[in-house]
Amino acid sequence: MIEVQDLTKAYGPVTAVDHVSFSVNEGEILGFLGPNGAGKTTTMRVLTGYLPATSGTAKVAGFDVTTDSLSVRRHIGYLPEAPPLYPDMSVSGYLDFVLRIKNVPAANRRARVDDALTKTNLGDKRNELIKRLSRGYKQRVGLAQALVHDPLVIILDEPTVGLDPKQIIEVRHLIKGLAGTHTIILSTHILPEVSMTCDRVVIINKGKIVAVDTPQNLTTQLRGAQKIHVETQAPEKAFAELLAQIAGANAVKVEPARASGHVTATVEAGAGKEIRNLIAAKIVEKGWPLYELRGVSLSLEDIFLQLTTDDAAHAQASNN
Amino acid sequence: MRSVYAIYRKEMGHYFVSPVAYVVVSLFFLVTAFMFSQYLRAVVEQSFEMGPDFDGPSQLLRAFLGLLALLSLFFMPMVTMGLFAEERKRGTMELLMTSPVRDVDIVLGKFFASLTLFVVMLLPTASYVVYVWLHSDPAPPLRVLLSGYLGVLLFGGCLLALGSFLSSLTESQIIAAVLTFAIFLFLWVISFGTRDTESVLGQVIQYISVIGHLDDFERGIIDTSGLVYYLSFIGFFIFLTVRSIDSLRWRRA
Repeated sequence: MIEVQDLTKAYGPVTAVDHVSFSVNEGEILGFLGPNGAGKTTTMRVLTGYLPATSGTAKVAGFDVTTDSLSVRRHIGYLPEAPPLYPDMSVSGYLDFVLRIKNVPAANRRARVDDALTKTNLGDKRNELIKRLSRGYKQRVGLAQALVHDPLVIILDEPTVGLDPKQIIEVRHLIKGLAGTHTIILSTHILPEVSMTCDRVVIINKGKIVAVDTPQNLTTQLRGAQKIHVETQAPEKAFAELLAQIAGANAVKVEPARASGHVTATVEAGAGKEIRNLIAAKIVEKGWPLYELRGVSLSLEDIFLQLTTDDAAHAQASNN
Repeated sequence: MRSVYAIYRKEMGHYFVSPVAYVVVSLFFLVTAFMFSQYLRAVVEQSFEMGPDFDGPSQLLRAFLGLLALLSLFFMPMVTMGLFAEERKRGTMELLMTSPVRDVDIVLGKFFASLTLFVVMLLPTASYVVYVWLHSDPAPPLRVLLSGYLGVLLFGGCLLALGSFLSSLTESQIIAAVLTFAIFLFLWVISFGTRDTESVLGQVIQYISVIGHLDDFERGIIDTSGLVYYLSFIGFFIFLTVRSIDSLRWRRA
C-alpha cells in the first residue's frame, strides 16, 4: 500500500530524512518511533504530499507522491501534529467541510459524519463550536477529520498527544479497530504505544532508519544478553568471587548498596541460560541473606535507547 | 469547481459566523451614509450658487464613487489580512494542502468569498445613489451609475487580489494588512504630478496608477484599457498567490 524508496529530504544543508526505505502492507499498522527531530513528521509530510522529497520515491496506494499528488491526497487521511481545526466551526460543520474538500458526494456526507462521530465518541459534541472544546476533544475531532472520508491510508502524527490516560486507551482501541480495512502509519515517541498498537515498528533516528521489525522480535532479539540483579549482605570481594565461579555468568559488577550495608550485583548471563537458581543456591550455601534476585528484561525502551545511542556513538567515531 | 465552492462556502461561513463581516459591513455603511449626506448638502449649496448650468447629480455621483474607492482602501486590508495568514498560523493550511484540492481552487474560493463580502458592503450604498437618481431632474444616465459601480467593484477586486497575495506571504495578519494598505496607497499616489505630462515615462506611470482608470468608469465610459488594466491586475495577483501557496511546500515549514 505504501512504498518508500531511498527517500531523502533536505532543508538546505540540513538533511532531515536520509535515504529512508520501507513499505507498509495493506491493512497493517506501522509505528514510527524516534526521538523528537528524528524525521518522523518530515517523512509523513512527504507521504501526504505536503512537502516534496529532495530525492527518492514514495508511492501511496499505487500513486507517486510527486507526480500524482492529487490522486495520493484523494486516498489519505492525515492528522498533523497540531490538529488542523477551525475554531469558529461546529464539530459536524467542520467534518462536513472536510468531506467537501475530499470530494465526497453530498449523498454520503451525513452518514460519514455520523460514522466518524460515533467512532471517535463525539456524538454529544456534534453541535458544539470547536473553540469551546477541551484539548482532548479537539484531538479527537482531529482524528475524526483524518478518517471521516474513509480513506485507504490514514497517517497520524502523534495521535495520543494531549489526551488523558483513559482517552489514550480509547484512541489506541480505535486505531486497532481501523486496521484491516485501513492502512495506518502512526508516529510516536511513547514506546508502550508502539508495542500495544503496531504490527511493525520503524525506529528512526537523525533521519535514518535504525531498525524495522515487529515489536516482539525487537524485544527478543535484543534480549540476547539477560541481566540479573542480586542483592545480599556479604563481603564485596567474596561475593564477586562467588559469582564469577558460576558457569554462564559473564560480566559481573558488584557494588556496595546504599546505607543498608547490602551488596548488589548485576550479572549478565548468556542468552537462554537460566542461572538464577545457581546463584540462589550458592548464596544460601554461604549462609548469606538473600534480599533480592530478579531478571531484568530489556523493554522496548532499552532497545530504543541502545539503538539510538549506538548510532550516535558510531557517528561520532566516524567523525573523529 | 466543487472544491472552489467548498472553500468559498467555508470562507463565507467564517465571515458571517464570526463578527468580521458584521463589523466591516456596518462600519462601512455608517461612514458612507454620513459622508453621503455631507456631499449631498455641499452639492445642493453649490448648485444654488452656480445656477442652472451646474450638473449637481453627476458631481455628487462622481464624488461619492471616489469616496467608495477611498474607503475600500481602508476596509479591504481588514477583509484580506486573514485569508492565508490565519490558515498558516492555525495549521489548517496543512489540511487544505493535503486534501485533493488544487492550490488555484483554494485561492479562487477565497478571492470570490472576499469579493462577495465587498458586494455586500456596496449594496446598501446603492440605495443612496438610486435615491438621488430618482429625485434628480434631469436624471443622470443609468449607465453612469452602473459603470461607476463596476469600476468600484473592479478597483476593490484589485485590492482584494493584492491583499490575498500579501496575506499568503506571512503568518502575521498585521503585517499583511499594513503592507496591503501601503502598497496600494503607493500605486494610487504614484501618478500625482504626472497628470499633464507628455513624456513616455509620465504616461506609463499614469497607466500603472490604480486610480486613473477609475475616472472613466465614473464618467460612464467603460474603456477597454481600464478594463484590461483591472482584470490583468487581479489575474496577476491571483497567479502570484497561487505560486506563493505552492512555494510554501518548498520553504522550510
